[in-house]
Amino acid sequence: MESFTNAIQSVPLNHYILLSTVIFSIGVMGVLLRRNAIVIFMSVELMLNSVNLLLTAFSVYRNDAAGQVFVFFIMALAAAEVAVGLAIIVMIYRNTNSIDINVLNRLKW
Amino acid sequence: MSTFYFIAFLSVFFAILVISARNPVHSILYLILTFFTFTIHYILLNAQFLAVVNFIVYMGAILVLFLYTLMLMNLNKESEPVKSTIVKIAAVFGGGCLLVTVVASLKTLGTSNPVVLQNPNLGLVKNLGKVLFNEFLLPFEVSSLLLLSAMVGAVLLATKDKQPKTT
Repeated sequence: MESFTNAIQSVPLNHYILLSTVIFSIGVMGVLLRRNAIVIFMSVELMLNSVNLLLTAFSVYRNDAAGQVFVFFIMALAAAEVAVGLAIIVMIYRNTNSIDINVLNRLKW
Repeated sequence: MSTFYFIAFLSVFFAILVISARNPVHSILYLILTFFTFTIHYILLNAQFLAVVNFIVYMGAILVLFLYTLMLMNLNKESEPVKSTIVKIAAVFGGGCLLVTVVASLKTLGTSNPVVLQNPNLGLVKNLGKVLFNEFLLPFEVSSLLLLSAMVGAVLLATKDKQPKTT
């Protein structure tokens, strides 16, 4: 474990921000690109995780444990969100026999 | 140091595969790999508690939930809905705009200091537990309420209606 933590010593904070930004953008692209509701949901999970990683990096950088506790809360929230969201998707599938989000345009106007 | 870049490359690579895989099951499997690389990132930052929680909650619970939901829906056919090319280009362009904006604003920040682990037991369970149960005791209790309401809501939403709907 010591060699692992020594390995991180020289990574600049900017590179963590860059990595998180890239993964967050990939998540945004996934939401915009796909029409399968479950894949869209997975892209949202990807965005949540990139933010988690950035919070942890900042927590280590500032030597403040509150950031990691916050990540823990985000994980609890993500679990709740996934449970409710997947229940809604199951309900939609039962009513429309599809999880294509373009079927769900009745709320548009 | 090079470990970080290798793992970061793997994260980005698998994340791209998640959104580009045609089959939703493959998407979920790539997402599991992405989350595994995130776990390695947490270990590199010596956030051991978060690494374990990420491993158990995300890779264990959430993705199994995704897989089971997908299994219930029986979407094995090749009728995965695809957007038109112009919408795809617009989506990639929009995401790229976000990326370019944040990276450009990062450039104005100038040089950044390296992430140095000053306190080696910052992310250990002992230390985090002290913070969690002193300063964040109320949010912790409230999150139990959130989980309870989510559980009730999920059960309520996902159960079948007994009588056919009037609408």
